[in-house]
Amino acid sequence: MRIIKKTLKAFGMFWWNFLVGDTPELFLAVVAILSVVSIFQSGHSHVLMIVLPGLVLVALGASVSRAIRKR
Amino acid sequence: MIASLSTSSSVLVVAIFLATAVEMVEALTIVVAVGHTRGWRSALEGVAVALMALGALVGIFGPALLRIPINDLRVVVGSILLIFGMQWLRKAILRSSGFKAKHDEDAIFAATVAFLTQVGKPQRDSLAFVTSFKGVFLEGLEVVITVLTLGASAHKIVLASWVASGTVLLVALVGVLVAKQLSSVPENAMKMTVGVLLVSYGTFWCGEGLGIHWTGADAALPMLALTYFVGTWVIIALARQSRKRVPA
Repeated sequence: MRIIKKTLKAFGMFWWNFLVGDTPELFLAVVAILSVVSIFQSGHSHVLMIVLPGLVLVALGASVSRAIRKR
Repeated sequence: MIASLSTSSSVLVVAIFLATAVEMVEALTIVVAVGHTRGWRSALEGVAVALMALGALVGIFGPALLRIPINDLRVVVGSILLIFGMQWLRKAILRSSGFKAKHDEDAIFAATVAFLTQVGKPQRDSLAFVTSFKGVFLEGLEVVITVLTLGASAHKIVLASWVASGTVLLVALVGVLVAKQLSSVPENAMKMTVGVLLVSYGTFWCGEGLGIHWTGADAALPMLALTYFVGTWVIIALARQSRKRVPA
């Protein structure tokens, strides 16, 4: 039982470090962007094709800017 | 159809090749340091066990992923690729604009050698085995995740696995031929390219999974990659400008 608990904890920690780690803003940004896209998805493909990569680049720029300000 | 399939496959092959090459160069640095200081037998045993463990992960999770409904899989996998790719791009941008030190294989080699030479050398060298295993396994985990996510969402796990295995062999062969760490590999440029490709694939699959119909179907992938390349260079230029404005 203890081994299962330990394995599950290690598995969870791996994914936490992998997806969140020291850039929680990127994780939150992706969740927010995909939520927006899923809300406005029906019938707006042509707009979302431009908006989706645009939002990703804005989030990336904001994360880089945050890293620079922290230095 | 054939043209669009080959576009998708080509992008996948390039992404897997570069991601595997970058990670394996890092792993090779550690293995060569271990081999030089502690002997090759235990170092290579560590490599073999790590590669078997990584292969087992692909073998177990690969077929399991293919059982998930394709649209759900694409949203989940696309999200992981987006986050993962953005993390790679962020690091590459900070390195390119001078806000973060470039990955230095020579320094990693020197640090690993210094650490390994501090400890006495027994008959059966468990330290060499563990260091070598950890180096290959941890760097290889990122490759496994890239192979599984890209391969599963494109339904090309076999192709992705072959490309990754071939790249591992290629890096190993080059490592054997030059018999040292590969410090002259343009790692940051490769990381940036991988980041762009992962983010492009992530955007594409998330969009598909959420119901976006990309103009030109798979042909949208190179357009996304171009958009992200340009966007990345704009962010680097802005970061460099802000660095110039900051007094030393």
